[in-house]
Amino acid sequence: MQIPEVSERRRIECDVLVVGGGTAGTMAALTAASNGASVLIMEKAHVRHSGALAMGMDGVNNAVVPGKATPEDYVADITVANDGIVNQRTIYQTATRGFEMVQRLESYGVKFEKDEHDEYAVRKVHRSGSYVLPMPEGKEVKKVLYRELRSRNVRSNVTMTNRLMPVRVLTVDGRAVGAVGFDTRTGEFVTVSAGAVILAAGAAGRLGLPASGYLYGTYENPTNAGDGYAMAYHAGAELSGIECFQINPLIKDYNGPACAYVANPFGGYTVNGEGNRFVDCDYWSGQMMAEVKRELESSRGPIYLKLSHLPDATISEIEGILHTTERPTRGTFHEGRGTNYRDRDIEMHISEIGLCSGHSASGVWVDEHARTTVPGLYAAGDMALVPHNYMIGAFVYGDIAGEDAAIFAKSASRPELPEDQIEAAHDLIYRPAANPDGPPQPQVEYKLRRFVNDYLQPPKTERYLSLGVEAFERMRTDIAQMGARTPHELMRCAEVSFIRDCAEMAARSSLERTESRWGLYHARDDIPAQDDASWFCHLNLSKDAGSGGMKFARRPVAPYIVPVPGFERPDGVPDELAPQGVELAEAWR
Amino acid sequence: MAQATSRSDVPVVIDEVKCIDGCTLCVDMCPLDSLAINPDSGKAYMHVDECWYCGPCAARCPVDAVTVNIPYLLR
Repeated sequence: MQIPEVSERRRIECDVLVVGGGTAGTMAALTAASNGASVLIMEKAHVRHSGALAMGMDGVNNAVVPGKATPEDYVADITVANDGIVNQRTIYQTATRGFEMVQRLESYGVKFEKDEHDEYAVRKVHRSGSYVLPMPEGKEVKKVLYRELRSRNVRSNVTMTNRLMPVRVLTVDGRAVGAVGFDTRTGEFVTVSAGAVILAAGAAGRLGLPASGYLYGTYENPTNAGDGYAMAYHAGAELSGIECFQINPLIKDYNGPACAYVANPFGGYTVNGEGNRFVDCDYWSGQMMAEVKRELESSRGPIYLKLSHLPDATISEIEGILHTTERPTRGTFHEGRGTNYRDRDIEMHISEIGLCSGHSASGVWVDEHARTTVPGLYAAGDMALVPHNYMIGAFVYGDIAGEDAAIFAKSASRPELPEDQIEAAHDLIYRPAANPDGPPQPQVEYKLRRFVNDYLQPPKTERYLSLGVEAFERMRTDIAQMGARTPHELMRCAEVSFIRDCAEMAARSSLERTESRWGLYHARDDIPAQDDASWFCHLNLSKDAGSGGMKFARRPVAPYIVPVPGFERPDGVPDELAPQGVELAEAWR
Repeated sequence: MAQATSRSDVPVVIDEVKCIDGCTLCVDMCPLDSLAINPDSGKAYMHVDECWYCGPCAARCPVDAVTVNIPYLLR
């Protein structure tokens, strides 16, 4: 393929650039546009079916509905699930604004389950509160959002570009001013000048190699390769909790959710090989994952999702949800294996590692306004550190980011874009095309991700993690020699560089936190004890402007704004009893 | 330069009899951009073995020409 000159590029201008048209990104675009901003969504897939909700979502995991639960319950639940290391202000936003979001989605046409009294049919999966709300027509979510983006009053303000992939955020004097990328079909080089940039590029879900060995058989949508984590890092933003991995209990080989959140309310649950329950709460936490791993590796393994005791009609109802909405090929998988929930329980295992704040707590550091530590740069959704934020949190933070970014962009100057950063990004994108006979991406990626499994999969130890750092440094050379022949291959090659960045961040962060915490997510077998005296704090990493290497800083846990019954802060910092500086949503006033 | 080629069992299969000439819906919708139009036949096909077996290609096909199988390694 022909490599375009740096100067030979498409130049786009907008007020708010949204990177990623998934859950958070579409909501950010809608809100920014309604605040008068001209919005550009850069999406490397197609907005209609992109992101974690590519096909749909079968339910809401974290809806705090008035009369059913309180924001205080929810914030306390998530605080405990994350061993107390949270910025409660960020969680409080999801708790108090989630219900308005449910109503907003309903006004767009998304349907949520209601009971015979027309009340939201929330169910209990978390340790204390009921926040799980089924979406019987969840496969329509992206369709509804897409329709909204193309509606008459929105489309004049929002430009959607499919198959356009950004690789770097551009900064001037430490402020985000745009991005640089390329068209993954034509290979065209593109720069964007923007007043503010919202990163909503999803989880780092293509990090560990699934046990099947299939590069794209990941739990997360494999297009979510950690692009946003890498872009935020190179733009100078702080990331946090990267050592707190995402690991999930899934259907073995299929690698999709089993799924306790759907099956639990119907009476399904997880058992070991002896048919006994072994977790006391099916809510996905690092503690639960440690219990799952222990069971799998014991003589009581394997583990199963047990449904066979349920009546036929109930199983049909569960199948109706699980086989049509989020991952509709689930039925195909079971059919191929000859397994039927009625007479056989479903073998489960645990997933490869990933980074994701939607399920766990590793992401780009944001405050309760979705602002990163780089002015003009926002993060929302799975890649933004709001613990256990799931889909409703992604929508809420997309909304928050969209509004704040639109206001920021109004008064932001539009400096000339930095040519040196554009040239460096051009090299990152097109270098493989200049070396078409170099090792192809699938081989390089397989090797890189096998090292992720070899050295980062918990339990972690100092020696293995150090070998990981060495391997990921060595992979820089492999990546520099990688060859590509088409724009499509250039896309995959750029993703491999993001995966490498995330792997190095995960290894170095895990080395830095010299204790064990969050159950399996950060189980250091060489230092098995939790060390509250030294480590009751966030661990933030960022790019050192001088050396270009990774540097670390400890951030104290902000005073709680919601009391957490039964949990005593080890640092003794008193709570701020009334939430201050957080505007309460209408429903809770 | 001469290159080694290796065959791969790809998960998405298109029924060329049903597939409509000039339609690109499945190609447009695939999150991984793994489908393309074969210039010789005008029909869709899987040009790279990159699949999350998620299903928009099959769901959006107006003539039911797309089958998403589970990738061989997971099957």
